[in-house]
Amino acid sequence: CTKKLDLVPTNDVGPGAVYSTSVGYKQAIAKVYGAMALTGNSGGAGSPDISPQIINDEGNSDFLRMYWYLQSLTTDEAGWTYHSNTDPVGIHQMNWSSVNQTVAGLYFRSYFLITLANDFIRQSSDENLSSRGITGTSADSIRKYKAEARFLRAYQYWVLMDLFANPPFVTDADPIGGPLPKQIQRKDLFTFIESELKDLETQLLAPRTNEYGRADQAAAWALLSRMYLNAQIYTGTPKYTEAITYCNKIIGAGYTLHPKYKELMLADNHLNTDEFIFTINYDGTYTQNWGGTTTLTHGPAGVPADSSGTSGNWNCIRITQQFVNLFDAQDIRGQFWTQGQNKNMTQLLDVTTDGYSSTKFRNKTRTGAPAPHMDPAKNWVDIDFPLFRLGEIYLTYAEAVLRGGTGGSNATALSYLNQLSVRARPNDPAASTYAQLTLPYIINERGRELFWECLRRTDLIRFGQFTTNAYLWAWKGGTPNGTAVDSKYNIFPIPAIDLTSNSNLVQNPGY
Amino acid sequence: QERVVTGRVTDTSGGAVVNASVIVKGGKTGTQTGTDGAFSLRVPANASTLVISSVGYGSQETAIGGGTVNVTLRAANTALSEVVVIGYGTVRKKDLTGSITTITSKDFQKGTITTPEQLISGKVAGVSIISNGGAPGSGSTIRIRGGSSLNASNDPLFVIDGVPMDNGGIAGAASPLSFINPNDIESFTILKDASAAAIYGTRASNGVILITTKRGRSDKFRVNFSSVNSLAQNSKQVEVLSAEQIRSIVAEKGTATQKSQVGTANTNWQKAIYQTALTSDNNISFTGGIKKLPYRLSLGYLNQQGVLKTDLLQRGSIAFVLNPTFLDGHLKVDLNLKTSLQKYHFADQGAIGTAVYFDPTQPIYSNNKRFGGYFEWLSADGKPNTLAARNPLAMLYDRDANSNTNRSIGNLQLDYKFHFLPQLRANLNVGYDGSLGKGSTFISDSSALAYAVGGSFSEYKQKKENKLLEFYLAYATDLKSINSRFDILAGYSYNNYLTTNYSFAGYNARGVQIGASPTFPFNRPENTLLSYFGRLNYVLDEKYLLTATIRRDGSSRFGPLNKYGTFPSLALSWRINEESFLKGSKAVSDLKLRLGYGTTGQQEGINNYDFLSVYSLSSQSASYQFGNTFYQMYRPSGYNPAIKWEETTTSNIGLDYGFLNNRITGSIDVYYKKTKDLLNSVPQTAGTNFSAYQLENVGDMNNKGVEFNINTQPIRNAAVTWDVAFNVTYNKNTITNLTKVKNDPNYLGFPAGGIGGVQGFAFLNAVGGSKNTFYLYHQVYDVTGSPIEGLFEDVNRDGIINENDKYKGKRADPNVFLGFSTNLTSGKWNAGFVVRGSFNNYVYNNVYSSNGRLNTILGAQVTGNASVNYLETKFVGNTEQQPLSDFYLQNGSFLRMDNFNVGYNFGRVANNRATLRASLGVQNVFVITKYTGLDPEISSGIDNNIYPRPRIYSLGLNLDF
Repeated sequence: CTKKLDLVPTNDVGPGAVYSTSVGYKQAIAKVYGAMALTGNSGGAGSPDISPQIINDEGNSDFLRMYWYLQSLTTDEAGWTYHSNTDPVGIHQMNWSSVNQTVAGLYFRSYFLITLANDFIRQSSDENLSSRGITGTSADSIRKYKAEARFLRAYQYWVLMDLFANPPFVTDADPIGGPLPKQIQRKDLFTFIESELKDLETQLLAPRTNEYGRADQAAAWALLSRMYLNAQIYTGTPKYTEAITYCNKIIGAGYTLHPKYKELMLADNHLNTDEFIFTINYDGTYTQNWGGTTTLTHGPAGVPADSSGTSGNWNCIRITQQFVNLFDAQDIRGQFWTQGQNKNMTQLLDVTTDGYSSTKFRNKTRTGAPAPHMDPAKNWVDIDFPLFRLGEIYLTYAEAVLRGGTGGSNATALSYLNQLSVRARPNDPAASTYAQLTLPYIINERGRELFWECLRRTDLIRFGQFTTNAYLWAWKGGTPNGTAVDSKYNIFPIPAIDLTSNSNLVQNPGY
Repeated sequence: QERVVTGRVTDTSGGAVVNASVIVKGGKTGTQTGTDGAFSLRVPANASTLVISSVGYGSQETAIGGGTVNVTLRAANTALSEVVVIGYGTVRKKDLTGSITTITSKDFQKGTITTPEQLISGKVAGVSIISNGGAPGSGSTIRIRGGSSLNASNDPLFVIDGVPMDNGGIAGAASPLSFINPNDIESFTILKDASAAAIYGTRASNGVILITTKRGRSDKFRVNFSSVNSLAQNSKQVEVLSAEQIRSIVAEKGTATQKSQVGTANTNWQKAIYQTALTSDNNISFTGGIKKLPYRLSLGYLNQQGVLKTDLLQRGSIAFVLNPTFLDGHLKVDLNLKTSLQKYHFADQGAIGTAVYFDPTQPIYSNNKRFGGYFEWLSADGKPNTLAARNPLAMLYDRDANSNTNRSIGNLQLDYKFHFLPQLRANLNVGYDGSLGKGSTFISDSSALAYAVGGSFSEYKQKKENKLLEFYLAYATDLKSINSRFDILAGYSYNNYLTTNYSFAGYNARGVQIGASPTFPFNRPENTLLSYFGRLNYVLDEKYLLTATIRRDGSSRFGPLNKYGTFPSLALSWRINEESFLKGSKAVSDLKLRLGYGTTGQQEGINNYDFLSVYSLSSQSASYQFGNTFYQMYRPSGYNPAIKWEETTTSNIGLDYGFLNNRITGSIDVYYKKTKDLLNSVPQTAGTNFSAYQLENVGDMNNKGVEFNINTQPIRNAAVTWDVAFNVTYNKNTITNLTKVKNDPNYLGFPAGGIGGVQGFAFLNAVGGSKNTFYLYHQVYDVTGSPIEGLFEDVNRDGIINENDKYKGKRADPNVFLGFSTNLTSGKWNAGFVVRGSFNNYVYNNVYSSNGRLNTILGAQVTGNASVNYLETKFVGNTEQQPLSDFYLQNGSFLRMDNFNVGYNFGRVANNRATLRASLGVQNVFVITKYTGLDPEISSGIDNNIYPRPRIYSLGLNLDF
C-alpha cells in the first residue's frame, strides 16, 4: 500500500538516468555552458535558473546581461534609461549596496554555474564512469567535458575574484546540501584558479580542435593572460611576464585578426574563428533569451529596427560623451548611432535621446541579410559573444610589455597595436600612424577596441581611473559631469542574502 | 354533520402566529391562520383533534371542544436538536465540542451569486471572504482565522458531500469553485479549530469548509423554479486627467515630438471598455420519490456578462441526488452526481490598466482600415510601435480567448447498520472529481496586438482525475447504567490527485508554427494521500462531553524522512445549563463551555517532487550549440530531502450561549494558533544547492484571536419578525521565527508583494511583525504639507537612502472584521440587508504610484495619461525610490453593504397550483471608506487596477409547484 506513496515525475528524471549514457552527459555539460547564455530552461522566459526572489524579471537574470551591467554600465561605456522593473538601479551612478539586485543576481548566477560544474565533475569521476559501464571513446569524451567543466568553474571564479574579491569557495569535494562554504581570500583564489588552469592546459583539447562553442587550451591560456595582467590588483604581485608567456602561446596557435571589425558582432559571427577564442553562443530559434546579445542589440536607444535587424529598440542604452570622445573621426569601431540623439548625456534617466548609442551588435549577416535563425517576432538574435578574442590578447601583450614584463618586445607590441589601429580605420591611409606604446594610449585603445565587451571596469580599475577623479564621465557618482566616489566601489559587496545565510562570510570593506 | 371551528393561534408572548397550518388530525382538511392569527375551518362531524403547526414553532395538538379554540404555540427549540455535518459523520448540535459554524440556505446572501463561497460572505465569525474582483465567476480569497501559512497555501479545504476538493485551479476556468451551482447548496459547515478539523489531518490547518447539497425528499413531487435577472454597472472609475488637461500639460512641458503626438479627441477610455452587464441565472429542480427512492434533480443555466466588454460566462449545471434507504433502514445509500459545463469568453483584463493610462487625446477609431480601424501607436515604418500600449478596445475585441471546461464531482456513499449489531455501522465512500479544461486564444494578423508575427493562435488543455476511497466503522452505544454515550469511529482514506497538462506549439494566424515544438507532449503531476483516522465521542450525564480524534497521513510529497505525520486533537465541553442550578431557567436556555486542543497539518503549496533530486530537459528553444548541433540541456533542480508539512497547534476556548428561550443565541471563541515548521523559501547558501532559494521548514508564526457572534429576534409576533445577526472577529498574526538559526538578528526578513512598475516589494515579512507588513520609506513633506519627490527620511542617519531606511509599518490584513445581517418579515413582505466591515487593513495605491507622475503623461515612447493625484503632487517620476514611499499607503478600512433586498410572497397563484415569491435586490450598495482608489477591498493589499466590482440590481422570481 505504501508503494502508492512513491511517485515520480513524468518527464523529469533522476541523476541515474541522465548520467547513464554519453548523450546524457553531453546534455548535462550543455547546461554548464548554456547557463552562461540563457536565463533558464525555456526559450524566452518561463523556467528561470535564478529564483525570482533574487531577480524578479527573468530576462535580466542571465550571466552576460548582468556581467555587462557590472562591467560596462558601471563605466563611461553606457548609461541606462529606465528605473522600472527591468532596471539595473544605481549601477551607472555607482551607488549600489549589498541588496542591489544585479549584484546579487550575478553572484548567484556564478554560483549556479559553479554548482552545476561541481556536480558534473563529480558525476564524471572515473569511478562513476566505470560503475555506469561507460568506457572507451565515450569515457574519453566525457573526460574532456569534465576538463571543460573545470575550466568553466575557473572562469566563474575569476569573475567572482574580479568583482567580489573574497567570495565563498566550494568545489566538487563539497556535496549538495553540505556544510557552509568558507570564504576564500582574493590571493588564495588567484592561486586556485591559476593551478586549475595550468593543470587544464594538458587536459583540454588543443587550440582550435574542439567543437565550436566548447573550450580548448587557448581558452585556458587567454584566461591566464587576463589574470596575470591584473595580478597586481588581485594579489599585490605583478605577473606581466607570465601574461606575455600565455599571450605568446595563443598567438602561436595561429589566431589572426578578423579582417573587418564591423563583422565581429553579427548574426553569423560564428564564422569568425580566425579571431574568436571562446564564445557564448546565441541563436534566434534555439537559444532564446531576453538577456545576452539580445539586450545588446535591442537595448541601444534610437536604433531603428531595419538597422539592428530586430523588432525595434528598447531605448535604454546610451553612451557618455566622454567615451565618444575617445574615438577620432576615422575610427569605425564605435559604430555610434547619432540620429535623433544628443551627444551629451545631460539627463541619465528617462530622456532616451541624451547620449549617442551604437549599432555594434546587429542581427544581420555579413551580406546584410536577415539573421538565418531569426524568430518571427524578431525578438531574439543569433549573435555570439566572444568572451576572449585575439584583439584583447594583442592589447594584453602590449600592456604587459610596457609594464615591464619579459618575454616580449616593444617592436612586437607596437606592431600588434598597429594591426588593431589599421583595422579600425579602413578608409584612413594614415591608419598605421596612430599606435603608441604608452599606457594612456593603451587604456583608451582598450576602450575603443573592446567597447561593450565586458572589460571596461576591470581595465579602468587597473589604470586607477574607476573610482577616482583621474577620469570622470557623465553621471559617475550620480552627478551630470561625474564625480569621484569612495574607493570601496572597486569591489562589489557580498550580497546581503548570502551574508545572512552563511555565517562564515565577512562583508567587503566599506559596505 | 359538518361544523365550523374558529380560533386563534398565538405565541408565548401573545402575538399572532401568521400562516400557521391548522389541520384536522387524520384527515385531509386544513387551513392557514390569517395575519391576526385567526382561523376558521369546516370540519367533519367525527373530527376531534386539530394539529396546529408553524415553521419555527413545532406542532401542537388540541381537542375540538364546544367553543373557540385558542392555541398558544411554543417556539421550538429546534436549533439544538439539529444535526450538524462534521467530518465523517454527523452530530447533534448540542453534542458539538469543537468550534463549528453552520450556515443553512435560509441565511445565505441573496442576489446574483455565481460562486458558492459568496453565499456566506460576512456571515461567519473568523472567516474572511474577499472576492477577487468583479469578473464573472471569479473566486475569492478565503481566510479562516487569519491563515496558518506564510508562503504555502492559506486556503481552507473544501469537502463537498464528502469529497475533498483539489484546491488548484482548472485551466480555462475563472475559479475552481465556480463549477458548483450555489442554488444546489443546502448548508455550509465551517470547522475552525483543531479539535473539529484534525480529523482531516494534513489539510486542515486553514480550516475545513464542508458543503452539503440539497437532498431528495420522497414525500411529494415538487418543482421549484427560480430565476434571477440582473443588471450590473460600475459605480466608480479610476480618476484620471481629462484630454484638455493632458493637452495643456504636454503643451507646457513636452518635447516637440510629444507635442506632435497629442491628439484632438476627448476619449474616456474607461467608459469605452466597460458596459452595463446583464446576468440571467435560471434554475429548476425536481424532488420527489420514485417508488420511495427520494431524488432531487436540478438543472441550472447561468449567462453572465462581465462589466468589461466581451467578458461572458455561460454555465450549465446538473445535480442529481438519490438518497434511498433499504433493508428496513439498515442500508442508507447516498448518490451524488454534479456536472457543470462552462463556456467562457475571456476579456483581456490588461485593458483595465491600459485604459487608465492610455492617452485620452487619441480617438478610439482611426478612420483607417488598418489594424481593425482602431487607433494605434505606430513606428516610423507604419507598423505598430511594439513598445507602446495597444488600444484598450482593440485589446478586448481583437483577442478571441475562449475556453470550454467541465467538472464532474460524484460519489456513492453506502452506510450499513449491521443487522446483528445495529450499533455498528460500516460506511464506504467512493468518489471522484474530474475536470477537463481546454481553450484557445486567437488574434488575427491584421490586429496590432500581434502584428509583427502575423497574428497568433495558442491553445491549452488540462485534465484532472482525482479519486477518493474511504471506509470507516462506527460504533455507538448508550450505557444507561453509567449515564454514558459512546461513539467510536475508525477509518481509512485514499486520495489520489492526478493532473495532466498538455503542451502545444504556438502558431500565427495563418497556422505557421512560431517557436519550438514542446519537448514533451504532456506532464502528469500526481500526489497521493493515505490516511488512517479515528474518533471517540463520549458523553457523560448529558453534561460532560469529550471528543478525541487522531489522523495519520502519509503523503507522496515527502521523502522517506518525513512521509508520515500524526495529528491528534482533544476537546472537552460542559453543558452548564444542564446543571441543576440552571436547569429550567427561563433566562438561560443554553450555556456550553468548550475547550479544544489539537494539531493539524498543511501540505498545499509544496510541489509534488520537491524532495527528489531531478533533472529536467530544457525546451528546444533553450538549447545550446556545440559545433553545428543544438543540444537540449539537462538542468538539476534544487531540492530539499527533508521537506515536510507545516504543523499548526490550536487551542480554543469557546462559550455557546442561548438566552430567553434561545431568542438570543451565539458564541464567543478565543483561539491561539501556533504554526511551526512553516514553509519558507529561504536563501540557500551560495554553492550548496541548485536553486538560490528553496522551500524549507524553518519558520514559526502564530494567530491569536477572538470571535463573537450573536443572533437575536428582537421582534417576534404574529405580524412582524425581525432577525438580527452580528459577528465580529479580532485576529492578530505574529511571525516569531524565519531562520534556520532561530531569530538570526542579521536576517531582516523576506520581501513580498511585488509593486507594479518598479523593482521593489511592498512588504517585509519579519520576525515580530505580522505577515504582509508594509516596508516603505518615510515620505518627507514640505511646509505646505506636499510630498517632496524622492525625499525620504534617512532613518539611520548614514547619509544614504537605501533599504536600511525603510520601516515596518501598517499591515495589509485587517485585525478586525465584522458582518451584520438583518431581516424583517411582515406579512407577505420581507426586507433585509448585509453589511460587512474591515478595519485597520492598509492598501498600497499602486495606481497612484505608477500613474501619478508627469512621466506617464509624456511617456518614454508615446504620450499617456496620469491619475489625478499628479495634479496634487506634480511628481515627475524620475526617482526610482519614490514608488517605495509610504505616501502611497492608505487606510483601507471599510464598511460595505453587500446587499439589500426586498421580497414579496404572492402566495398561491395560477389557480392555487403554485406559490410565487419575488424579490428585488441591490448588491454592492455602498462602501464607506477613506481610501481614495477604486475599491479598498484588495486581498493582496496592493491595488493595481482590479477588475471593478459593479453594483448589481436584480429581480428574482421563485415558483414552487
